[in-house]
Amino acid sequence: MVVLGREGLDRLVEVLMERGYRVIGPTVRDEAIVLDELTSASQLPFGWGVEVGPGQYRLWRRADGAAFKNSAGPQSWKQFLHPAREKLWSADRDGSGFTVTATDSEPPRYAFLGVRGCDLAAIRVLDRVLDRGEHPDSRYHRRREGIFIVGVNCTDPGETCFCVSMGTGPAVSPQPPPPCGGQGVGPTPHQPGYDLVLTESVDQRGHHFLTEAGSERGAEVLAELPTRPAGPGEVEAAETAVARAATAMGRRMPAADLPAVLAATRESERWSEIASRCLTCANCTMVCPTCFCTTTEDVTDLTGDHAERWQHWASCFELDYSYIHGGEVRTSGASRYRQWLTHKLGTWHDQFGGSGCVGCGRCIAWCPVGIDLTAEVDALVTEAGEEPR
Amino acid sequence: MTSQIAQPRVLADPWVPLEYHVGASHRETTDTATLVLLSRGEQIRPFLPGQFAMLYVFGVGEIPISISGDPAAEDVLELTIRGVGAVSEALRCAPVGTPVGVRGPFGTGWRLDLPAGADLLLVAGGIGLAPLRPALLHALRHRRRYGRIVLVAGAKTPAELLFTKELAALAARADVELVVTVDRATDGWTGNVGLVTKPLAGIDLFPEWTAALLCGPEPMMRFSAKVLLDRGMPAQRIQVSLERNMKCGIGLCGHCQLGPLLLCRDGPVVPYPVAAPLLVTREL
Repeated sequence: MVVLGREGLDRLVEVLMERGYRVIGPTVRDEAIVLDELTSASQLPFGWGVEVGPGQYRLWRRADGAAFKNSAGPQSWKQFLHPAREKLWSADRDGSGFTVTATDSEPPRYAFLGVRGCDLAAIRVLDRVLDRGEHPDSRYHRRREGIFIVGVNCTDPGETCFCVSMGTGPAVSPQPPPPCGGQGVGPTPHQPGYDLVLTESVDQRGHHFLTEAGSERGAEVLAELPTRPAGPGEVEAAETAVARAATAMGRRMPAADLPAVLAATRESERWSEIASRCLTCANCTMVCPTCFCTTTEDVTDLTGDHAERWQHWASCFELDYSYIHGGEVRTSGASRYRQWLTHKLGTWHDQFGGSGCVGCGRCIAWCPVGIDLTAEVDALVTEAGEEPR
Repeated sequence: MTSQIAQPRVLADPWVPLEYHVGASHRETTDTATLVLLSRGEQIRPFLPGQFAMLYVFGVGEIPISISGDPAAEDVLELTIRGVGAVSEALRCAPVGTPVGVRGPFGTGWRLDLPAGADLLLVAGGIGLAPLRPALLHALRHRRRYGRIVLVAGAKTPAELLFTKELAALAARADVELVVTVDRATDGWTGNVGLVTKPLAGIDLFPEWTAALLCGPEPMMRFSAKVLLDRGMPAQRIQVSLERNMKCGIGLCGHCQLGPLLLCRDGPVVPYPVAAPLLVTREL
């Protein structure tokens, strides 16, 4: 392991750009930490912390000048991997028929700088949903395969964080190895799923980033950066900081068999009670780093000879989401909240072999009425009489 | 059990419709027509009885429609469409020659690979006869593999019965048992009156030796299944075809969820033991 200084971080952004990547990372805009294209490390949110709570998100000035010691903002990496709006194809009339042309543009080569454990887990969830089924989303696949990931071990979780109880953080965890007997050509060494991982610290030695490569191209990039070997105790100090973060989570998801609990509580009164608070605004689904639902929209130009199909994010909180001829299946707010929560934590397991929640806490912070899914699940676990594990 | 027709996993871009056009359109009822679509080039893969396709009308939109034709027929694709919205109405009224985009086939099919000689019971309510028709045509084509073939078809009124000529031909066959019933008789109707559950409760049935395929409104399938279960049919011998909003057809958009199921991927045909607990919760 090696140590990068502040100037090393500057150089990292430059090297990634030199290699043709569009560097995406956190930066301060509109009083929030958002994700945007960076041209310099100086755009990172140095000296900004975040105070979060149910329905609350405020920036505050940190004395230590740290860049990555702030919990999840309103955006997630899904907006780059699975854009909010995208053209699928266009069609033009020709004689008695029409010709369809698929959108086939070269995907951008992104480098994601500052991906926390929860958010790397969220990318893996999207991989399973969009790229591992019988019909992989070819656009997602092409964007995803070129991405350079700089992970950041989290040392300063927020009040709405519960990644520890979801098993996704605070350390950026390596991708689990594929199951035995998986198909592959030749002995491919298992990759951890990130290219570089940083642990930020500000101490008597200054502001620095303990850095480790997780891939060959990560090692190549690292070799171009000004680094020094980790000094005595530095690795241990970073590990201690991450371990301390694991005990500083503001929330936890109850350790219960959630698919069973949620299947057993479909008829609970709790859903109506939640619906009395829920505005069905869909904020939780928009900020969720794994909510993947989309809808399609067919449009034509004024001549009527050119048509296009667009895909855009959709939410299970929209009435139209469940529309079939004759009406919507889920008209009540209770049924729509139930759909969201039971899908995220329960039926996602049935559909995609794991949970849809990574414990980032965004849905709690950005809910305008502060609905806290960990508290709601707690109540449902109690109601189901599930023994805590 | 395996499917009757092997399907390759690798596909062309499943988002891009293939170009077909209306070769013929047969009026079934006042609001329903069967379209015969012909390809202008590349065709969709062979389909399993019970699977659906996404149909696109240029500049109007796209909807999921169960395939109602013969799975063994090459070069033609038949779908029966009730006009209930902008796209379905455009399809129902589409003149011969109208271009139609087709994606698919998607979803699960009816499991028809029964033990040799097993009885097949098909129960249809209204437009639900359309997704069952390929299963019936498949079974008739392989008639010797099955024991009895029983079709119970219900409609609200005699005027709303689909495939009436075919039903008449089936009624004349000695190797098919056909029961047609209507909820409300109109002038000239001399046949059965009542819900499909009525004949189901009375017909000869060997529950242990029968596979039942149900397609129609959800309450009709629930009550039909109840009659069959009460008569001793094991739940796993019953299959139902379910419907939810579908946008992508390929398990990527989330719309067609019913509890743990993505109906475009895990359905539309679902074994009754899986479907039953999901049909009793309102707005699931």
